[in-house]
Amino acid sequence: MGPRLKLFLPLFLFALLALVLFRGLFLDPSEMPSALIDRPLPAFNLPALGGGQQLSRDDVTGQVALLNVWATWCVSCRVEHPYLRELADAGIPIYGLNYKDSDVAARDWLDELGDPYRLNIADREGTLGLDLGVYGAPETYLLDARGVVRYRHVGVVNEEIWREVLQPLYLELEQGAITQ
Amino acid sequence: MIPEIGHFALILALCLALILASVPAWGAWRGNSVAMSLAPGLAVGLLVFVGISFACLATAFLQDDFSVKLVASHSNTLLPPMYKFSAVWGNHEGSLVLWALILSMWTAAVALFSSQLPLLVLSRVLSVMGAIAVGFLSFSLVTSNPFARLLPGAPADGSDLNPLLQDPGLIIHPPLLYMGYVGFSVAFAFAIAALLGGRLDASWARWSRPWTNTAWAFLTLGIMLGSWWAYYELGWGGWWFWDPVENASFMPWLAGTALVHSLAATEKRGLFKSWTVLLAIFAFSLSLLGTFLVRSGVLTSVHAFAVDPERGMFILVFLALVVGGSLTLYALRAPAVSSRVTFDWVSRESLLLCNNVVFLVAALTVLFGTMFPLIVDALGMGKVSVGPPYFNAVFVPLMALLVPVMGLGPVSRWKRDAAGRWRSELMVPTLVALFCGVTLPLLQAPYNIWVALAVLLSAWLLLGLVKDFWQRLRSASSLPGGLRRLTPGYLGMVIAHLGFAACIIGIVATSQYSVEHDLKMDPGDARELAGYEFRFIEVVQVRGPNFVADEARFEVTRDGRAVASMTPQKRRYLASGSVMTEAAIDAGLFRDLYVAMGEPVGEEGAWAMRLHYKPMVRWMWLGAILMAAGAFTAAADKRYRRQRMPAAAGNKVALHGA
Repeated sequence: MGPRLKLFLPLFLFALLALVLFRGLFLDPSEMPSALIDRPLPAFNLPALGGGQQLSRDDVTGQVALLNVWATWCVSCRVEHPYLRELADAGIPIYGLNYKDSDVAARDWLDELGDPYRLNIADREGTLGLDLGVYGAPETYLLDARGVVRYRHVGVVNEEIWREVLQPLYLELEQGAITQ
Repeated sequence: MIPEIGHFALILALCLALILASVPAWGAWRGNSVAMSLAPGLAVGLLVFVGISFACLATAFLQDDFSVKLVASHSNTLLPPMYKFSAVWGNHEGSLVLWALILSMWTAAVALFSSQLPLLVLSRVLSVMGAIAVGFLSFSLVTSNPFARLLPGAPADGSDLNPLLQDPGLIIHPPLLYMGYVGFSVAFAFAIAALLGGRLDASWARWSRPWTNTAWAFLTLGIMLGSWWAYYELGWGGWWFWDPVENASFMPWLAGTALVHSLAATEKRGLFKSWTVLLAIFAFSLSLLGTFLVRSGVLTSVHAFAVDPERGMFILVFLALVVGGSLTLYALRAPAVSSRVTFDWVSRESLLLCNNVVFLVAALTVLFGTMFPLIVDALGMGKVSVGPPYFNAVFVPLMALLVPVMGLGPVSRWKRDAAGRWRSELMVPTLVALFCGVTLPLLQAPYNIWVALAVLLSAWLLLGLVKDFWQRLRSASSLPGGLRRLTPGYLGMVIAHLGFAACIIGIVATSQYSVEHDLKMDPGDARELAGYEFRFIEVVQVRGPNFVADEARFEVTRDGRAVASMTPQKRRYLASGSVMTEAAIDAGLFRDLYVAMGEPVGEEGAWAMRLHYKPMVRWMWLGAILMAAGAFTAAADKRYRRQRMPAAAGNKVALHGA
């Protein structure tokens, strides 16, 4: 490489970076890979948080429910947690996917902050997360009664998101489940 | 009417910026001194009009003009006036106006305080800054007009500022951060001007050093405030999360740190010329990249602004023009031949080179870690997230490499030094540092190897500085005389390096020795934590200007003596209904006590509480303040303002050069 040519290196690297950024503009980080919307929840066989039973797909399906991906290392999960408890108190079934976390920390967290989850799947390696296309925690998936993923929300679920986005879908799916 | 004046002023500012970007640059190219001499006036005019625009926007917020869309969606009549004002930049559109305001302030400052600069250089510098202003002002006007109206149908009340942003720390955090980001545009403009002029000599380094130091100091303060805010406002005692937005401010800081040191070598010894120019371009490019990442929505973050692909595209094109353009210019104009100035391996130059390598590697690893999810996604290989473990794994060894070199830096000599001299100079500090490193952690059982390492490194840094300081004083005839002989540049270095040592101690001590308990407490319960007794008295209802809160009362005692009354709160903001945790903190130089409220448990008034004992956490922020103070001190060095040659002669030479 000539001495002058070497000076073009930063420009070349920047061009690569700009390409990635350009591509990034058309990807929505909060968007689920479209392949999974309206597809069944991937099959899995993972332990429940706190040991004991193995959980599979059938344990979290059967009614319209939320599947909440959370972790103790996740900043926003803590913000979200109180609202999940409100939802759980209101009778909304919520399943937890404890994502790439340590069991001890996760149980301490639930002891401290309260446990809104019916069941918690301990996904220590993030395998189910990978199948689901989890980008980061928190994420919340809306499952219909047959265990089909109907919607994915990336980020904190708060009152506004619930009222305007999730609840209408939830009610619609519940109606469908009753009439079926 | 006022919003329209603001809008109009912003358009006029864009016109002025366009003229500033073109006419003086043309003048510099053609050697037309009339065109060049327009630059300072235009720069001041730019500041005036952006200032008017900003003032109009602030007025709209303070007067609750909810017919302005921005005000309606980010303010509320109940909001305290202080927060109404800071709400101006608590959103995307307004923060862009603040960006533009700060950019025009830096531009005007360069125009006003650069009488020693040759007109040719000054006009080029101001033109480059004008071009950056064109980019940001048009970004604001085209994609994110802050003055858009909601007419008809203005709401009676606004939907409030995000409660997380209703905090004194966040009033000054964004302006300080932007002062830093935008301040690097000055170093960038000087670098581009030097490339355009084809004269990369020591003088451009001397001109840009005070500006770079100042910008770096502001950025340091901005990052520090952000971390402090996260600590007390987010409610779980963390102070750094490696969040993409934090990384966005940290990358320019790392590149800026390398630049500050590299500029020293370029100015004093004429070394690393191309490299320093490249770092100046990097530092500002990373600032712009940070802006892109935060506002385009390509990465998710707790801080994210509203996502808008059109805005993302605009910044990307701007980024490509600025960074691509400057790197092309660099590739074409930077001296390809290595300078004839030589230095030994045992010399201050090679130590500075180590500094540069460490900080650049650090900046690139943070960049890589931040971009990795996006790269994987763009290649269609799925979605991943990169968390704190990656960053910590990279950062700890890098900093451990840096500090030994840093300790040598102040005592080293330029060009050629002797390893034997280093040995004899630093024998005593090394032994004392080793002694401290081994013994001090014994005070706290169990023995902690990380703390030992941190104490060893900081003591080494501190003692090296003290030794050098002492020697400089001793060589003078009298103490006051010796003190007077120390330049602000030297003092600034000492202060900043001491700050860095304090930072290391604070970070390591608080990460290793913090104790936290999450527990259920009934009123009347008392718990012990690290020798302090926390007694939970009661929970009362309190009302703030725009929120209602449950407030817990705690009495903290140690060995029976009262230490503090602490009142953490759980607030519900009236306009948005959001719930926020306000931690109560009893701050001290050697420890913080921290209480945050969780959720009520059961019916009998019990609450989940989080109690923290955080030793030496303040040292981290005090260290950052010292670093900033050091940089300000160094920037105040008079020698940067001395004229090297009569300005007129300088112009003439420079003009012939062009």
